[in-house]
Amino acid sequence: MIRLDNVSKVYTRGARPALDAIDVEIERGDFVFLVGSSGSGKSTFLKLVLREERPTNGDIWVAGRHLNRLSSWRVPHLRREIGAVFQDFRLLPNKTVYQNVAFALQVIGKSKRDIKQNVPEMLELVGLAGKERRMPHELSGGEQQRVAIARAFVNHPPILLCDEPTGNLDPGTSVGIMRLLDRINRTGTTVLMATHDDEIVDQMRKRVIELKGGHLVRDQDRGVYGLETV
Amino acid sequence: MRLQFVFGEVWNGLRRNSTMALSVALVTFVSLTFVGAAALTQMQVQQLKDAWYGKVEVSIFLCPPDSYEENCAAGPVTEAQTDDIVAVLEEGNVSDLVESVYVETREEVYDSIVAADDSGVYSQLEPEDLAPVMRVKLTDPEEFQVVADATAGLPGVESVYDQREVFDDLFDFLNAATIVAAALAIVMMVTAMLLITTTIRLSALSRRRETTIMRMVGSSRSLIQLPFMLEGAVAATGGAVLAIAGLFFGTQYLVEGWLTGSISWVDYIGREDVWSVAPWLVLIAVGLAGAASLLTLNRYTRA
Repeated sequence: MIRLDNVSKVYTRGARPALDAIDVEIERGDFVFLVGSSGSGKSTFLKLVLREERPTNGDIWVAGRHLNRLSSWRVPHLRREIGAVFQDFRLLPNKTVYQNVAFALQVIGKSKRDIKQNVPEMLELVGLAGKERRMPHELSGGEQQRVAIARAFVNHPPILLCDEPTGNLDPGTSVGIMRLLDRINRTGTTVLMATHDDEIVDQMRKRVIELKGGHLVRDQDRGVYGLETV
Repeated sequence: MRLQFVFGEVWNGLRRNSTMALSVALVTFVSLTFVGAAALTQMQVQQLKDAWYGKVEVSIFLCPPDSYEENCAAGPVTEAQTDDIVAVLEEGNVSDLVESVYVETREEVYDSIVAADDSGVYSQLEPEDLAPVMRVKLTDPEEFQVVADATAGLPGVESVYDQREVFDDLFDFLNAATIVAAALAIVMMVTAMLLITTTIRLSALSRRRETTIMRMVGSSRSLIQLPFMLEGAVAATGGAVLAIAGLFFGTQYLVEGWLTGSISWVDYIGREDVWSVAPWLVLIAVGLAGAASLLTLNRYTRA
């Protein structure tokens, strides 16, 4: 589903690579934590998969597409195969919960019928049924993140990228979000989640990929947050 | 669905940035009014040239009795000299430039002078004091100088006069006015384009969250950029419509209403000429907005 072959990324010539000779393969349906300290290369990893950045060296395949050879006008098609969730939710403050989720379908040209069918289903899945008309500022942080997840998953992409989705949430709320992501993963969706949250990683016991200074230092099934610190 | 979305976004964008959109419309209005005024002035010049140059003639004044001109020292023009001049015009090198030659007799010249004389200054004048005048119509009025050179020194010719000289000062003035209007139009169009660029940039920045989400969920670049382009185009087209209305009413009240009443012998442009300029003004407005969008959008809504 996601494959990186000897991938390096250098932002400024002469500077230390943000990622250095990374080899990773993530299968369909995997749940993978991407861990490492700030500046370790987690965000660059996600940006490369989303084709927001191009690798300096190496090859990347995502959802059957060779990203090195993907022309820019085909990038939108790639992104319809990837849902993205962020730490800061990125909801549209002037739209209701329903409209925020529907927006993701509207802008890729889905019909009104599709939207009417999918959005309520998705809000039901993330536990927000009955809150369709609420504005984002009327929701708690956890609820806002659920809206963001609903928006990312409403098109049923095979891959879900999460960049510190629990970073702004208290531990109790974070657990709820992780349960939701786990549930989505059980539908066959590949989930790749960058996080600093050691408790969650330790509880979930999923595959862990650890980056340090741009190098892949650990790729462990049923891993914990940090071998060195545990 | 997408069309509805795009129009919704355009409407929202215009509503949120209404003051900027209004300023774009007004600047475009002023600049396109200058463009339209320059075009209409040129149309007026052309219309006057077509009307007047077709009517004007080269007048060859033949030597009258008592002329002080050097070429007339031998005395008044004779019939043989008149025939020679006609022969030069009709059969000489310049014959292909000459459409017709009419020799106005001294009686006809006298009658036309007296008819135009309201003050009585010429009341003492007799037909015998005058000489015949040749009225030469040219196939191409611009070729006056060639005909003048061929006839000016001939025996019996006092002077050669091109009626176009009367109008040339007016045309020079109108041409200068066109250049001034065109120069102002260019400055104003540059201003309009910069303003549209700024408007689109502000609009794109204020909706950055939306465009980021659109990119993330796989919206095409054209769908992301289209609402901004249309916003600029709508505001600029609004300006073009105002300019067309301004030119229309300007022509109606200033030209057809006022000028036609006060200086009636001139053949003026009319409101129908504004309609022939109108599509170009709309096209320029849309072109300005399009160019401004291309300059701005790739940077602020990258895919």
